[in-house]
Amino acid sequence: MKVGNTAAPEATSSTAGARRRLTAGEVALWLLRGRTLIVLVLLIIVFSLLSVDYLTQSNLISMTKHVSVNAILAIGVTFVILTGGIDLSVGAIAGLSSMVAGMLLYNGLPFLGGVVWFSVIFVVLIALGVGAGVGAVNGIVITKFGVAPFIATLGMLYVARGFAQIMSNGGTFPDLAGTPARGNEGFHVLGVDSWLGIPAAVWIMVVVAGLAIVVTTRTPFGRRVFAVGGNERAAVLSGIPTNRILISVYVISGALAALAGLLLTSELAAAYPDTATTYELNAIAAAVLGGTALAGGRGTIIGTVMGAFVIGFLSDGLVLIGVSTFWQSVVKGAVIILAVVTEQAQQRLQKTLASRAQAV
Amino acid sequence: MTAATSIPIDDVILVAEEITKNYGGVRALKDVTFTARRGKVNVLVGENGAGKSTLMKILSGSEQPTSGRIMLEGTHVSLSSPRAAQSLGIGIIHQELSLFPNLSIAENMFAGREPRKAGGFVDFATEKRLASEVMQRLGQNVKPTTLVSDLPIGQQQLVEIGKVLLEDVKILIMDEPTSALSNHEVDTLFSVMDDLRKQDVTIIYISHKLDEFRRIGDYVTVFRDGRLVATESMTKTDTSWIVRQMVGRDPNSLYTRAEGTPGKVILDVRNLTAPGAVRPVVRDVSFQVRAGEVVGIYGLMGAGRTELMECLIGSRATIGGDVLIGGVPEKKATVRSRMRAGLALVPEDRQRDGLVQSQSVKDNIVLSILGKLSRGGLLGTKAPSKVAAEQVKGLEIKISGLAAEVTSLSGGNQQKVVLGRALLTRPKLLLLDEPTRGVDVGAKSQIASIMADLARSGYGVLFISSELAEVMAMADRVLVMAKGQITAEFAASEVTEEALVAASASDTILEELA
Repeated sequence: MKVGNTAAPEATSSTAGARRRLTAGEVALWLLRGRTLIVLVLLIIVFSLLSVDYLTQSNLISMTKHVSVNAILAIGVTFVILTGGIDLSVGAIAGLSSMVAGMLLYNGLPFLGGVVWFSVIFVVLIALGVGAGVGAVNGIVITKFGVAPFIATLGMLYVARGFAQIMSNGGTFPDLAGTPARGNEGFHVLGVDSWLGIPAAVWIMVVVAGLAIVVTTRTPFGRRVFAVGGNERAAVLSGIPTNRILISVYVISGALAALAGLLLTSELAAAYPDTATTYELNAIAAAVLGGTALAGGRGTIIGTVMGAFVIGFLSDGLVLIGVSTFWQSVVKGAVIILAVVTEQAQQRLQKTLASRAQAV
Repeated sequence: MTAATSIPIDDVILVAEEITKNYGGVRALKDVTFTARRGKVNVLVGENGAGKSTLMKILSGSEQPTSGRIMLEGTHVSLSSPRAAQSLGIGIIHQELSLFPNLSIAENMFAGREPRKAGGFVDFATEKRLASEVMQRLGQNVKPTTLVSDLPIGQQQLVEIGKVLLEDVKILIMDEPTSALSNHEVDTLFSVMDDLRKQDVTIIYISHKLDEFRRIGDYVTVFRDGRLVATESMTKTDTSWIVRQMVGRDPNSLYTRAEGTPGKVILDVRNLTAPGAVRPVVRDVSFQVRAGEVVGIYGLMGAGRTELMECLIGSRATIGGDVLIGGVPEKKATVRSRMRAGLALVPEDRQRDGLVQSQSVKDNIVLSILGKLSRGGLLGTKAPSKVAAEQVKGLEIKISGLAAEVTSLSGGNQQKVVLGRALLTRPKLLLLDEPTRGVDVGAKSQIASIMADLARSGYGVLFISSELAEVMAMADRVLVMAKGQITAEFAASEVTEEALVAASASDTILEELA
């Protein structure tokens, strides 16, 4: 009961009617569980009151497009966090894949004195493969050499970013439109084109999220990810190939990071080595906002996606009403901390209610 | 002095009167009145969970009794914290060392209560002098600046004792201090204890090792199932009397035995050896388990039983020997390969190794067969629920629903969840590490009958137990381990408590072998 009261403020004033009596701690728990969605709805309400431009179709679409890149990164990171790990290298992997795609489209691949040009579909596959490969290296370093995920992926952050810079000597690959002669036109499809009025990037996010939801909730692999994060030793004794699971989640994270890098590059039609710098922090923040426990074993993909929406709609809203970038940063940070505070409150309340149910 | 004893008052230093201690619904101590005699070595014995350690925690101030009171030198005292107990002259040495290996002997002894110089700086000179003196008193000529990690384990134990002696200690509680010591180190410890006794220090000494405590003890007190069952002068007792008191005279009707005829050999272990820090934790172990047979492994803590189980399931590396399952050598020795070959382990520590606390009962049960339950790569909701419900029914797991959090279950039901998961892998041989630890009497008897049923239906069962009555009542055959080796093997018909205890503590025999 006490927990419910202290936790409820985040669920805020509009729900005061339900909160006043709190005869059932369940009401508070229900509000806490749905807090990301509640916050998102509140954000939209508040900003649409502050600015007439906020709740327009074009703004919603453009905000959702901004969200899609972070959401895709965050979905990958969620897999890693569910196992109790962390992936700090996703921003750098996005940068590296961006440069790989940029180089292949702009310079081609030097081969036996000549230059090989790949079609866009192959460029995309190669870039995704590079991301997955870097993720695999992360996973192997962590499982086979026993390096802590924080350190392994921090190191990879520098390594991948370094390689991204090496590829162009720090410069940018401009104009990735391709030519008919080289057979590599069409890269703009990913980041610029729309279908049914919705940007391709958003469709891609929807597909990725849908697949990730099925994988986490409906496949043996997904359930094993949760088990490894919940108790690795018990997972081992249940015959689960824990190393394979751990390497897989870093591969997924790396591949999705590469996909996010491609979306950014396609939108700009240019590749520069600083693409997606510090994006890993936004991705982790989205996962945490969505209720993924950093200790592992607890979290949902849909929560992460909503976390990404909260961060994106918050930042864009603040821009729209003219708040300085410095204050945006302060607000974003405060929201993340508040998210974890309410997460703790939810856990405590859940435990209290469970033990009360036990006692009855 | 209100104690209901006929002992002259001067001989008694401490009386714990009518102590009861409840942990939730579990009664760890039931109305225990314990008397410690001044300047003597008072030995406490009993099986794991009998209540000795709980009483020691109460006497050292780290636990509070639910009811009862403590009289020290005839006055009622409150031992509200370890510090309060210390200030009254009660010191304790725990079974596990609580030293800082990265600090010196002197720093360890004064950690948290460093002598100060002017300006608040640590007075290292005094520290070293006092530490040196106390180590001399313990017969040790070591530099106080030596790092604790550089000392052998026996001397580390003495540093721990020295730490307690720095305070003016009247009563010294020692909880199984010899479990990590070599015979020579035990001799040193005993001569130190003898000196302390002469200095009128009262010692309360917990031990499992009959041959050892009979050498040093003056009085022996036996605990069983949270009750104090007997106190006697050591000279008036013999080994079989003590064992009888520990186990209880009533033949235990709690347990069932399969009584089947053993079939083919399922598990054949040959000369298995696993390395350890000091000596091999499992040394040259060979034995067999047949289908339909329940084999128990008895031994003291640290005898290498759990490590043997870990070697068998493949989670601990070995350096020699073979494991044959169904007559076929299993060389890969990974958990997965051993499980495929037909082994399954129910670990001792359910919380650490058995359960995924963040998941439901259902998710925990089906964890081992997720692959088999999926159709076209996808898991339905029906198949896992059906399988889990079958296990819940078959093992009589009491839950509010399949979606209940596994942490909300009682110890016995949690154990059955882990057991159900192991059974789902369709093993030929079940490895059970202390299957009845931390579960109540009813669940114990249920788990025992499940094990007997499994044996009757053709499984092989290999289990570890620290309880004499349990291992004798449940096993068709008992193996005894000590210091990593199998020291004896008994058929159910020929096993006796004395023989088990003797074999589990036969350090001397082993020393000769080595």
